[in-house]
Amino acid sequence: MEHYTMNLTLKVWKQKNAKERGRFETYQVKNVSSEMSFLEMFDVLNEQLIAEGKEPIAFDHDCREGICGMCSMYINGRAHGPWHHTTTCQLHMREYKDGDTIVVEPWRASAFPVIKDLVVDRQSFDRIIQAGGYVSVNTGNAVDANALPIEKHMADEAFASAACIGCGACVAACPNASAMLFVSAKVSHLAMLPQGSPERKERVTNMINQMDKEGFGSCTNIGACEAECPKGISLENIARLNREYIGAMFDGGSQNAK
Amino acid sequence: MSWKNAFNSSVGKKIQMALTGLFLVLFLVVHCYVNAMIFWNDGGEKFTEAAHFMGTNVVIRITEIGLFAFLILHIVQGLKLWAQNRSRRNTRYAVSAGNATSKWYSRSMGILGTLILLFLVLHISAFWAPNRASQTMGNGELDLYTMMKEAFQSLFVVVIYVLGCISLAWHLVHGFYSAFQTLGLTMNKYKSIINMVGVAFSIIIPLIFALMPIAFYLHWIE
Amino acid sequence: MALNSKIPAGSLEEKWEKYKSTCKLVNPANKRQLEVIIIGTGLAGASAAASLGELGYKVKTFCFQDSPRRAHSIAAQGGINAAKNYQNDGDSTYRLFYDTVKGGDYRAREANVYRLASVSANIIDQCVAQGVPFAREYGGLLSNRSFGGTQVQRTFYAAGQTGQQLLIGAYQALERQVALGNVTQYSRHEMLDVVMIDGKARGVIVRNLVTGELERHFGHAVLLCSGGYGNVFYLSTNAMGSNVTAAWKAHKKGAYFGNPCYTQIHPTCIPVSGDHQSKLTLMSESLRNDGRIWVPKAKGDNRKPNDIPEEERDYYLERRYPAFGNLVPRDVASRAAKERCDAGYGVGASKQAVYLDYASAIQRYGKIEVNKQGLSNADADTITKLGKEVVKEKYGNLFEMYEKITGENPYEVPMRIYPAVHYTMGGLWVDYELQTTVPGLYALGEANFSDHGANRLGASALMQGLADGYFVIPYTLGNYLADDIRTKSIPTDHPAFVEAEKAVSDRINQLMNIKGTESVESFHKRLGKIMWDKCGMARNEKGLKEAIAEIQALRKEFWSNVRIPGDVNEYNPELDKANRVADFIELGELMCIDALNRNESCGGHFREEFQTEDGEALRQDDKYMYVAAWEYKGESNFELHKEDLNYEVVHPSARSYK
Repeated sequence: MEHYTMNLTLKVWKQKNAKERGRFETYQVKNVSSEMSFLEMFDVLNEQLIAEGKEPIAFDHDCREGICGMCSMYINGRAHGPWHHTTTCQLHMREYKDGDTIVVEPWRASAFPVIKDLVVDRQSFDRIIQAGGYVSVNTGNAVDANALPIEKHMADEAFASAACIGCGACVAACPNASAMLFVSAKVSHLAMLPQGSPERKERVTNMINQMDKEGFGSCTNIGACEAECPKGISLENIARLNREYIGAMFDGGSQNAK
Repeated sequence: MSWKNAFNSSVGKKIQMALTGLFLVLFLVVHCYVNAMIFWNDGGEKFTEAAHFMGTNVVIRITEIGLFAFLILHIVQGLKLWAQNRSRRNTRYAVSAGNATSKWYSRSMGILGTLILLFLVLHISAFWAPNRASQTMGNGELDLYTMMKEAFQSLFVVVIYVLGCISLAWHLVHGFYSAFQTLGLTMNKYKSIINMVGVAFSIIIPLIFALMPIAFYLHWIE
Repeated sequence: MALNSKIPAGSLEEKWEKYKSTCKLVNPANKRQLEVIIIGTGLAGASAAASLGELGYKVKTFCFQDSPRRAHSIAAQGGINAAKNYQNDGDSTYRLFYDTVKGGDYRAREANVYRLASVSANIIDQCVAQGVPFAREYGGLLSNRSFGGTQVQRTFYAAGQTGQQLLIGAYQALERQVALGNVTQYSRHEMLDVVMIDGKARGVIVRNLVTGELERHFGHAVLLCSGGYGNVFYLSTNAMGSNVTAAWKAHKKGAYFGNPCYTQIHPTCIPVSGDHQSKLTLMSESLRNDGRIWVPKAKGDNRKPNDIPEEERDYYLERRYPAFGNLVPRDVASRAAKERCDAGYGVGASKQAVYLDYASAIQRYGKIEVNKQGLSNADADTITKLGKEVVKEKYGNLFEMYEKITGENPYEVPMRIYPAVHYTMGGLWVDYELQTTVPGLYALGEANFSDHGANRLGASALMQGLADGYFVIPYTLGNYLADDIRTKSIPTDHPAFVEAEKAVSDRINQLMNIKGTESVESFHKRLGKIMWDKCGMARNEKGLKEAIAEIQALRKEFWSNVRIPGDVNEYNPELDKANRVADFIELGELMCIDALNRNESCGGHFREEFQTEDGEALRQDDKYMYVAAWEYKGESNFELHKEDLNYEVVHPSARSYK
C-alpha cells in the first residue's frame, strides 16, 4: 500500500447549541496522511484550529474501533461515510485523494436534536429500550444456562440482530428518519430467544409506541438503513417486527401494553 | 394493544397501507382482465358483456363500495404518512445519498401515488362516473366501448393514460414488495420469489393497460 | 490508618458463603429511603445499578458518554471465563481460582479470587437469562473455547463481540430499572468530586457536559465503576474518553490507590502508523493460535517480508520458549517483541513492529483440506487457495479489520503487530467488601485493584466486572447501609456540598484562565511518551527517577501554558479533556513512584534490574508479597501502606514457559 499525503477542503456543519441556527464552515486541512482514520484527520484539524485560536469542531467518538456506536458523521451524503459495513472511526483517509472536498453534517432527525456541531442527542434510543427492550429477569432468578437448549441457527440469528451498536445511522440514512431498523433489531433479538418470548407482545407494542412518541418517522421499506448499517443489520428484522406487531394486534390479552 | 392504538401507530398505518394496497392489486387484476376483452377485436362484444356483469352484479357492486373505501383509506393514510415522515427531519441534508443507498421509486411513493391519484380523477370522471350516473338516473348503462374508442382518438388523452400507467408501474415495483415486507411475509426463503412476482406484476399489468389506449389510437382494434 | 481487608474467617470455600449468610440486611421499606450513586455504566456499573435497583434502592447512574451502552466494556472481544465445567475437562472453581492467582503472578488476594471463581458460573446463568446470545453448539447447548494459555475450555463467547453482548445485557437490565423508576440515569455527566460528610462519602459533584453546569447529588453511598487508567499512556486500546478522574478524585479525598504500576501490555495490536495516531486497536489473542511471529535475522533489513527467505527469519518466540512457542502469556510475548525491536530488528516504516505470519498456517490448512477433498494431484495454487478459505473462516473478521486499518491484505503479506497498553490491574484499594478506605465509597470492576494481581488472564475482566456488580455489591453494600437507615437524605445545600462544588468550579476556572499556547492533546501526548518510554513494558530505577522529574515539570507547564478554547458554560470537549489530563499527570507520577518502590519484576511490572539470566521476570516474594496502597498526602506526596498477601492455599512458585 503506497502512502501519500493530501490537502483537503472540508465543509463542516457548525452549530453553537440546540437553540441557535447552524451553518457550514469551510476549512483547509493540509498534509493529511492516507494512513489516518477519518477522525484522526479531524483531530489534526482541531489541533490546527486551537493553535490558530479558533474554536475546534465538536464531534462524538469514543472507542474508535467500530463497536461503541458513538461516532456519527454524515459524510458527503453518507452515514458513516462511503465504506460498506464501517463506522466513521474505521473509515480511513486512503479513500480520498488530494484536492477532494468533503461535506460533513450531523445526523439529522427531529428525534436527534443537535447538541453542538456534529454532536447529536440520541437519548431517544435509551427511552425506546426502556419501553421494553429487555427480559424481565432479576439478578439471581436465573436457572442453569444449559437448562434451555436453543437451536444453533436461532442463536446465531439472534446474535446477528443483537450486533446492533445503536449508533443511529439507520435513522440518519432513512429519508423518513425512521428508527425501525434499530427497534426491529432489538425486538428480533429478544423474540427469537425463548428467554424473550413471554414478553414479546408487550415489548413490540410498547417499543413502537415509544418510537412514535419520540418523533421518528415510519418505515416505508426504502432500505437505505440496511445499506448504511455498519453492522449489517438486515431488513429481515423489520419484517420480523411487523409479524410480531400483527401477532400483538390480534392478541386478546397483552393488557400490560401501554 | 387496543384497536385504536393499532390503527394509529406508525406500524398500524403501514399495515393498513399494505392490506389496502394488496386489495387494490387484486382489483387491478380484475379490471385488467375485463378490459383486456377489447383485444378480441370483436367490436367490443365480449368486453360489453363483461362490463355489464361488473356493472350490475350485486356482489360486485357491494365490493365496489369496499374498493372505494379502501382506495380512500389508502390515499388518506398514504398522504398522512408522507406528510408525517417529511416532518421528521427539520433540517434537510446539504448532500444526499441519492441512489447510492436506495432506489428513487422507493423514495417517491408519495409523488407516484399523487400522480396516480390525479390520473384516477380524470379516468373515473371519463368512464365510471358518467356510467354510474346514467344507471342511477334510470337511463341504463352507457356504451363504454364506444366511449373508449372515441376518447382514445386524442393523442393528448393517450399520452396521459400512458403516463398514468408508467406511474402505476413504478408505484407497484416498490408497493408490491413493500406490502409483503410490512405484513412480515418476506422471510429469506420467500424474498426472491416475492420480488420476482412483484416485478413481473408491475410490468405486465400496467403494460396491458397502456396498450389499450395505444391500440385504439393506432387502430389495432376497431 | 492500618489496612483492614476484612477477609472473613474460615476456609477458602466457606468465606463467601458464610459472609452472605451473616451479613446485615436492609428491609425493603428502608431500601426505598436509601440512595446510591453509581459512577460509570460499564459492566460493573450497569450490573450494580440494575441489581441494586431491583432490590429497591434509589439509584442514580452517571456516565460521560451519550448512553450507558457506550462504556468501553463493549470493546472486549474474546470472552468470559466461568467454572462451569460443561466440557467435562476437569474444570472447577478451584482450578479457575488457581489459574487466576498464578496468572496474576501471586500478587492477588486469595479470598477475593476464590469468590470471583465461585460466582463465575452464576454470571453465565444470569446473562443467558437476560438473552445474551452466546455461541452455541449444534445440540443447542453453550459452546466454549480455550483462551489465554489455560488447560481447560472455560471461555464463553459471542463471536468476537462478547463484551458488547454482555454490556448490552446489563444495559437492558439497567434500562428496565429506569423504566420502573428505581434508577435515574444521567448521560453526558462527569463526576468531578466526592463529597465527604463526617468522614463518609455522601455524594458527588458532577458536571453536565452539555450545559457545563455543576450539579450536586446526595447518596448514602457512592460506587465508582469508572474503569481503568490505561490512557495515562495516551496511546492504548482504551476508548478515547476512558479516564482516571473519578478514581483520582476519590484518591485525593482519602481512598488509597493500590498497585498503580501494574499495567497489562497486550502483544497483538496494530502498530502505530504515525504521529497522528490517536489510539491503538487490539486484535484478538486467538491469532497467536495459528500465526507465527518473526523478525528478520539481520538488523535493519529493509526487504519486503515475502522477499526474506525462510533461513533469514528469526522466529524468536519459538526459539526462546520451545515449550509454549507463540502461545506464551501476554506479558512474556510483549516483552520479547520489545526486546527484538529495541535491539534493531523491528520491521515496517517505524521499526516498531514484528511480523505475525499466516503463510505457513495457510499451507498447513491447505494440505489438510486437499486430503479431505481427495485431490491427489493438487498444485500449489489450489493448496494456497483452500488454505486461505480455512483461515478466512476462522479469523476472517480480524483479517478484515486489519485490512481496513492498514490497507494491507494479511492473506498475502504478514501482519505487523506490536504490544500496546490494554488494561490496568491497579486501581483503588478495596477490602473484601469492595469498600475503599473511605467509608461509603466503593470501587468495582477495573476501577479497583483487587482480583488480577500483577497480570490479568484473558477473558477475566468481563468476569470480574459482572461478579462485582451482580453478585458481590448487592450483599456487601447492604451490610454497610444497614447501619445507615436512620440517616435521612442530606440536603445538597449542606456546607460540604457547597465547598466541594466551589473547589471544582475554582479548578475549572483556573484551567480556563491559563489561556496558554499548547493544546491539551499535546500535553497528553507528551505525558504518554514519558510513561511509555520509562514506565512502560520495561522499567528501571534511573528511567523512573527521570520520569518523575519530567512529569513534575510537565505538570507545572500544563498549569501555566495549556490552552482551552471555548467557554465553561457550554458543551466543551477540550475542557473535559483538560480535566482528565490534569489528573492523568498526577497519576503518572504515582505510577512511577510505585514502580520505583517495587524492586522486583512480576506480571505486568518488569524492572530490568530484576530478571533472570535469560531475561525472565524475577519476583522477590520475601520483600514484595504485598499490595502497595498509596495514600495521598498532598502534591507529589504519597505515603505507602502495605497489605501483606498471605497465601494459605496456593504456594507461589516461579512461572516458566520454556
